[in-house]
Amino acid sequence: MAKISNQTVLQKLGAHFGEKISVPSEPYGMLTFEVTKESIIDVLSFLKNDPELKFNFLTDITAVHYPGQPLSIAVVYHVHSMTNGVRSRIKVYLDEANPTIPTATVLWDGANWMERETYDFFGVQFEGHPNLVRILNVDDMTVFPMRKEFPLEDPNRVDKKDFYFGR
Amino acid sequence: MNQPAIVDVSGNKETTTLNLGPTHPATHGVFQNVLEMDGERIVSGVSTIGYIHRAFEKIAEHRPFYQITPLTDRMNYCSSPINNFGWHMTVEKMLGIQMPKRVDYMRVIIMELARISDHLICNGILGVDTGAYSGFLYLMEQREHIYEIYEEICGARLTTNIGRIGGFERDFNDIAFAKIKKFIKDFPPVLREFETLFDRNRIFMDRTVGVAPVTPEVALSYSWTGPILRATGVDYDVRVAEPYSSYEEFDFDIPVGTTGDVYDRYILRNEEMWQSLRIIEQALAKVEKEPKGVFHANVPDFYLPPKEEVYNNMEALIYHFKIVMGEIETPKTELYHCVEGANGELGFYLINDGGRTPYRLHFRRPSFINYQMYAPMSRGMLLSDAIINMSSLNVIAGELDA
Repeated sequence: MAKISNQTVLQKLGAHFGEKISVPSEPYGMLTFEVTKESIIDVLSFLKNDPELKFNFLTDITAVHYPGQPLSIAVVYHVHSMTNGVRSRIKVYLDEANPTIPTATVLWDGANWMERETYDFFGVQFEGHPNLVRILNVDDMTVFPMRKEFPLEDPNRVDKKDFYFGR
Repeated sequence: MNQPAIVDVSGNKETTTLNLGPTHPATHGVFQNVLEMDGERIVSGVSTIGYIHRAFEKIAEHRPFYQITPLTDRMNYCSSPINNFGWHMTVEKMLGIQMPKRVDYMRVIIMELARISDHLICNGILGVDTGAYSGFLYLMEQREHIYEIYEEICGARLTTNIGRIGGFERDFNDIAFAKIKKFIKDFPPVLREFETLFDRNRIFMDRTVGVAPVTPEVALSYSWTGPILRATGVDYDVRVAEPYSSYEEFDFDIPVGTTGDVYDRYILRNEEMWQSLRIIEQALAKVEKEPKGVFHANVPDFYLPPKEEVYNNMEALIYHFKIVMGEIETPKTELYHCVEGANGELGFYLINDGGRTPYRLHFRRPSFINYQMYAPMSRGMLLSDAIINMSSLNVIAGELDA
């Protein structure tokens, strides 16, 4: 299906960014690599505007929390080159205490709500975002619920205590 | 998007603030838009979403894979089988399970029926919003027949929870096949009548032609997918671009529009229903050529054994226990799998750490991504146009909020 191979994409990126592209892999055929938050916009912009690669479509932005790692929040971008039929996944690892990353809304308008959602659930601060406020959760929520330390159920609930069930 | 200049020089507000929603008969779900109105024209708008947010991604981190299927039902509840199969295929891709061809074709039949039921609701409602109730009534009867087919196959109608990881829970029975055949015979005249009612209808065209046109560049920048992207002229369809479930074996066209306005989206959805019918006919013919009685892959590690065997057979009991208790071996990996949902690219980004439950599961929900352009594109529009624009975007509240 794909008109260009993952190797071609990786070579072009490597020629342009060198060491900034790290840990490349291909789980289930999708090129995956890591970049730092300083170079993410340059990399995305290169992928989008390169006349051969043409990653014109931002499929998704989300995040993953890996507690215990030094850089514990991974922001994950899925980009798609519709003309070439190739997808790529880009990860940026951030410090949990200060998760800031430049916004991708400068490249795609569609990044707006995706970033708001990521902020809402993980607390990632997208710098330069036009309106970074909560989107699905209530406005006065104080936690970032998709982080792993946040329990699924409210620990203060009293109706599920064991003694009600004779345990 | 020509925004009329309203300059508030005096300090006196010259616009009206209008709350469209959260519950309003014309919004088909819980959507709130706070609009600034200058007479009947919208000056600016802000969408508020999240009214039925149910934290599916968080819940999914605490559930074994097969228990996540009912969560996917409740995203796009107008075409839940597509969500179910999309999730099943994601897990099967992760586990490397190869489906028998017959299962692929059976899935294709159900997914295309789901697409028809979703599109006919959307187009029927569009008719209602432009003031014609009859088309909706004609089509609604056909959706009932599709739901009867679901019912015959899985017992449920709306939130179907259809199939399992590894195939279907039971074979289609003769009644189900008879109902599918009856549907593809009975539906074309109804759809044709519906098209005759609307396609060249003066009132309908006046209300829809040229309303909310979108260029392909803007649509791609907003990450639009699905019928509304194709209405702008971009021929992107996951079924063709990255075929799953043996879609590459089927002969069908991807209709595309030119202007991306409400009328184009309407015409395109009708045309997609015709194409879906073509696919179902081909799939039925293909199913008949396959060996009978095959409805799941031979993967006892992941596919629940029949209940009688669990009670009478040691092997089956062990497998049942292992699957239910989540003791199955799964790879430590990550993957993205997408299917063409009724509203666009429905993606599942799954990170697995080999445990009972996904480490992280993210749903790429087309309604959520498609809807974010609604407020910007409403600027300068008449309120009545904004209403039919919303119904032709076909935003489903469950998929929007997840």
